[in-house]
Amino acid sequence: MLFMPTCKEAAALLIANEDRLISLPDRVRVRLHLMACKTCPNFERQLLTMRNALQQWRNYTADETENPG
Amino acid sequence: MTADPAVSFEQQLVAHRDYLLKFARLQLRNEAWAEDAVSETLLAALNKPQAFANRSQLKTWLVGILKHKVIDVFRVNARTVSVDMRDDGPAADDALDALAFHASGHFVQPPADWGNPEQDLQSHQFMVILEACTEKMPPAMGRVFLMREWLELSSEEICNELGLSPTNLYVTLHRARLRLRECLELNWFGGRPGSR
Repeated sequence: MLFMPTCKEAAALLIANEDRLISLPDRVRVRLHLMACKTCPNFERQLLTMRNALQQWRNYTADETENPG
Repeated sequence: MTADPAVSFEQQLVAHRDYLLKFARLQLRNEAWAEDAVSETLLAALNKPQAFANRSQLKTWLVGILKHKVIDVFRVNARTVSVDMRDDGPAADDALDALAFHASGHFVQPPADWGNPEQDLQSHQFMVILEACTEKMPPAMGRVFLMREWLELSSEEICNELGLSPTNLYVTLHRARLRLRECLELNWFGGRPGSR
């Protein structure tokens, strides 16, 4: 495996990071990739948005009919 | 909390039944189990109304009980659940990645800029889409994903409850998150150019 990950590898590591602690070398590789890559920072922000969305959803106990968007 | 005296505690409970069923179905992916979990929840609430006395939100309290009942249902039906897991094995994983990435490791469709979706996340329509996206996951994947995101269990706990290897769990969660991303991009963030 090359030190600099491809987008596919970086994306896999970013997703893994949502559910487990990824190793320090992997964290470094992902950071370096994100600095050099044009598209993956969007992917990272999407994952963050999903995390926030799921958090919001968990707290979403208000009745739907009372909350029309 | 000062409840309307005309509305009994029992009536208030019944009013939340459909809401609880929705989450039980989403998590358990089995109609009979969902009915069981909700019935157990309502029974527990009826038997211990005093436990609710100091709480402000009946619904939140009920959801808390439901989460425990749902885990009980998983335990009772552990065998069936683990068989479902095997049916939904990691074989299709490569196919999913092959659609998303070129052989070179680049994205086929670069991830879009979702903008600043703070407003979106507050909206009811967004929650409907989010729920629909999780509902569309295959049953075994949906169960695992909701155990993580709704029951908020740790990876270790999920592995123990479902008798899964960590590798299997991470593969399943990986696929679930990729699917959710795709579904949200397609049904919410796509076709919304720029910031809103």
